[in-house]
Amino acid sequence: MDLLLSNFWAYTIGGLAFGAIYALIALGYTLVYGVLRLINFAHSEVFMWGSFAAVWVLLALGAKGATGLGLVAFLIIGFAAAMAVSAAVALGLEFVAYRPLRKRNSPPLIALISAIGASYVLSEAMGLRDKPFKWFGADDNLADYVGRPREASPLPLDVPTVRLFYIFDYHVSNIDLIVLGSAIVMMVVLDQFVQRSRLGRGIRAVAQDAEAAALMGVNRDRVIRLTFVIGGAMAGAAAMMYLLKIGVTRYNAGFLLGVKAFTAAVLGGIGNLRGALLGGFVLGVAESYGSALFGSNWKDVVAFTLLVVILLFRPTGLLGESLGKARA
Amino acid sequence: MNPVSSFFHGVADRFRALPRWGRLVVLAVVVVLVYFLPILNPPVITTPDSDFGAVLFLCAMYALVAIGLNIVIGYAGLLDLGYIGFFAIGAYTVGVLGSAHAKVPLLLCIPAAMAVTLISGVVLGAPTLRVRGDYLAIVTLGFGEIVRLILVNADKLTNGNRGISGIPTPPSLDLFGVPHLVWDGFVARVDLDNQTRFIKFSVVDSIPYYWLALTLVFFVLFLDWRMQNSRVGRAWEATREDEDAAELMGVPTFRFKLLAFATGAAIGGLSGALFATKQQFINPDNFTILYSVLFVAMVVVGGQGNRWGVVVAAALLTYLPERFRDLSDARFLLFGLALMALAIFRPQGLMPARRNVRAKRADEETEVLEEGAAHA
Amino acid sequence: MLLEVENLCVNYGRIEAIRNISFTVDEGEVVTLIGANGAGKTTTMKTVSGLRPVRQGTVRFEGQDITSTPAHERPVLGIAQSPEGRGCFVGMTVLENLDMGAYARADRKTPKIKEDRDRVFGLFPRLAERRSQVAGTMSGGEQQMLAIGRALMANPKLLLLDEPSMGLAPKLIQQIFDIITEINKQGTTVLLVEQNAAQALKRAHRAYILETGEIVREGTGQELANDPAVKAAYLGGDV
Repeated sequence: MDLLLSNFWAYTIGGLAFGAIYALIALGYTLVYGVLRLINFAHSEVFMWGSFAAVWVLLALGAKGATGLGLVAFLIIGFAAAMAVSAAVALGLEFVAYRPLRKRNSPPLIALISAIGASYVLSEAMGLRDKPFKWFGADDNLADYVGRPREASPLPLDVPTVRLFYIFDYHVSNIDLIVLGSAIVMMVVLDQFVQRSRLGRGIRAVAQDAEAAALMGVNRDRVIRLTFVIGGAMAGAAAMMYLLKIGVTRYNAGFLLGVKAFTAAVLGGIGNLRGALLGGFVLGVAESYGSALFGSNWKDVVAFTLLVVILLFRPTGLLGESLGKARA
Repeated sequence: MNPVSSFFHGVADRFRALPRWGRLVVLAVVVVLVYFLPILNPPVITTPDSDFGAVLFLCAMYALVAIGLNIVIGYAGLLDLGYIGFFAIGAYTVGVLGSAHAKVPLLLCIPAAMAVTLISGVVLGAPTLRVRGDYLAIVTLGFGEIVRLILVNADKLTNGNRGISGIPTPPSLDLFGVPHLVWDGFVARVDLDNQTRFIKFSVVDSIPYYWLALTLVFFVLFLDWRMQNSRVGRAWEATREDEDAAELMGVPTFRFKLLAFATGAAIGGLSGALFATKQQFINPDNFTILYSVLFVAMVVVGGQGNRWGVVVAAALLTYLPERFRDLSDARFLLFGLALMALAIFRPQGLMPARRNVRAKRADEETEVLEEGAAHA
Repeated sequence: MLLEVENLCVNYGRIEAIRNISFTVDEGEVVTLIGANGAGKTTTMKTVSGLRPVRQGTVRFEGQDITSTPAHERPVLGIAQSPEGRGCFVGMTVLENLDMGAYARADRKTPKIKEDRDRVFGLFPRLAERRSQVAGTMSGGEQQMLAIGRALMANPKLLLLDEPSMGLAPKLIQQIFDIITEINKQGTTVLLVEQNAAQALKRAHRAYILETGEIVREGTGQELANDPAVKAAYLGGDV
């Protein structure tokens, strides 16, 4: 208790920063659930692929050691690479694992099985990435990229921690600011897109009543692809933030984070965008406080216990379900 | 209907057509063959890269797991992604009582493990079975992970990451030895130097454990069959097909769901106890969430609701990666591909339950009627 | 001919919902399909709007074969449907729902949209009052008006109305049918599916009677309304 009280703001800001990462990944779960009523179990691997994309692109560009404006440029490139690759992987996932099922109206459990299969494939493909290069004998040249595929790969970027300003007694760092700032910008942009733009309205229409939406001229398949791309891009952004916070990624980094992000989505009310954001932040902060109170070993237990408790009292999550009904 | 399942149903029909004594003979031959499989050690089928007896033990143990989870998913229609949690609780109950904190003999540990998992099934199920299906999946997923984390962190009770060793074996009889067969190509020879003691449980020989696990499989299958064909089984079916309608007909659906959940949990606990006594050493790494996913895959691959289907699927999904160890690096990749292919090409599982086939046909017909009544 | 349906068959699974039906709708007409529960009226409607795949037969719109055109491309051609059970986007406001109606229009950024919206508000003053209200919180009658208004926002050549009177109070039913007549007078062709045969026949130029998936009678609205057999089966004796 004393630990939490004496470092209250440190734990709060730290929790919010992690919460932002959860929230961005949760957006992908919630968007897809909204339009397809499907738990996209493989979304965590979309995140993981994005994190490797950032690592590889920055390696290829020799980003290590950059400072000043160069560093800023590399940061932006890292975000862009992660978002682009994650979006592409998400789109491919939809095409291979879900569309064939949709064409034949498979029940949800089957779609979940396909999702689980796809999740294994994506993470194992990353864990075995040295193999194809070994066949061609190219693995030595590419050792930085594909060597030791089951080990952690570091972000090849030196971001010095700079303390910027105080919030009460906590000295906010540049990394906190980058993570929270870019997350909030992306959330606002996405929220406005879904609420105001024509395509955003199309997404909401399909989520509320797919048949009626078709009668209005909304192309459901296109909307579905769009939600996968948006969700993927958000997961990619989260991947870059994760790299900034943690410093490394690995082939199985997605799993636990994915479960947590899905927890965040359910916590806020799945299918509800603002719910996913709220759920992410609540989860991040609760975990952070939990680790202060019970020790960091118990962090994850706190997260899941919170989920169970909230579902018991509010079975549809904090803000309720449905993409369109969320006008809070 | 797909070729695999029509073959399966064809065999079943042929079997049913036999006279009573014929059925008994066929059954007895099959059962004896299955028991003697590790002794016969048949070429091609045997696993060259790992102990065949140990592999068969795992097949039987996972079959037990699949039977238990099939009650939850296949009969009651509850998607449980945290089944490994019950398996772990069962194993640790045996570990804690039998080795870490007391020296209770195994034969008392096993009922204790089942009781503890049964209770934890009720404790988890009572609040959560009221939430919607999708949420149940995630709540149980969370539960499975919480159990593992508690095992890691509750150091005083579980020894944390160091795990528990010296778990007691079942009592041995050690009456006589059974010599193994060895094969030169396809020529068999009895190897008198290599014998399995009947029936002595030890680290060196997995075959007695296989016999134990197999016996439990048959026993639980029998109970499962009795249960499914009783009032309880029909209540589960009604709940799964249409919960509201079942409730209206006076089926207390919540209580039956809880019963399925708790029964499944107890069988999961039994499997965990079996695992603990075979390994004699357990630690939290044995119980990661990936296993939950694997268990669900077994049930779905086998065709939810078909008890023989899930047994075969569990055995196959355990056996194949062991048989083809050369591919062991890529086996999870292949597993993932297989799941996707299955979902796309054989969505009802390799051997769909007959009831499901029937239910699907009935559904098609009612859809038309409803479309008429509600929309026209 | 604006719409020609020829030898149409539609199945649900292995069961035939519609068998070999043919009908036409000419420009400027109000045509109604009437029939009992399960006769296949809604299925016919969904086939015309593209929500149901066709097993056999053709659907032609303005002479063009649209049998396999996906549903979301049909509003562009000029077909708009107000679905059965209303199908409003319950989480959107009245204005957003109306904008959804114009989703597929090429001229959606021009002032023409505002004119059409004013036309809808002219037909349904209630909607103008409630323009910022969320559809899910409105009454059944209001949602029905919104569904029709939304379909009109597509500026369709052919308006498909599926059971617009379902579940409404008698006074409202009268009002809805008056508005349908008005819409038709303003130049929109209407295909109407109804259980309220009395009103539908009174308003329609021509009518078809569907029984268990087949067309059993056709004629002008008046002919059928005066036919003794139709009277007995659908009009309950007196009108």
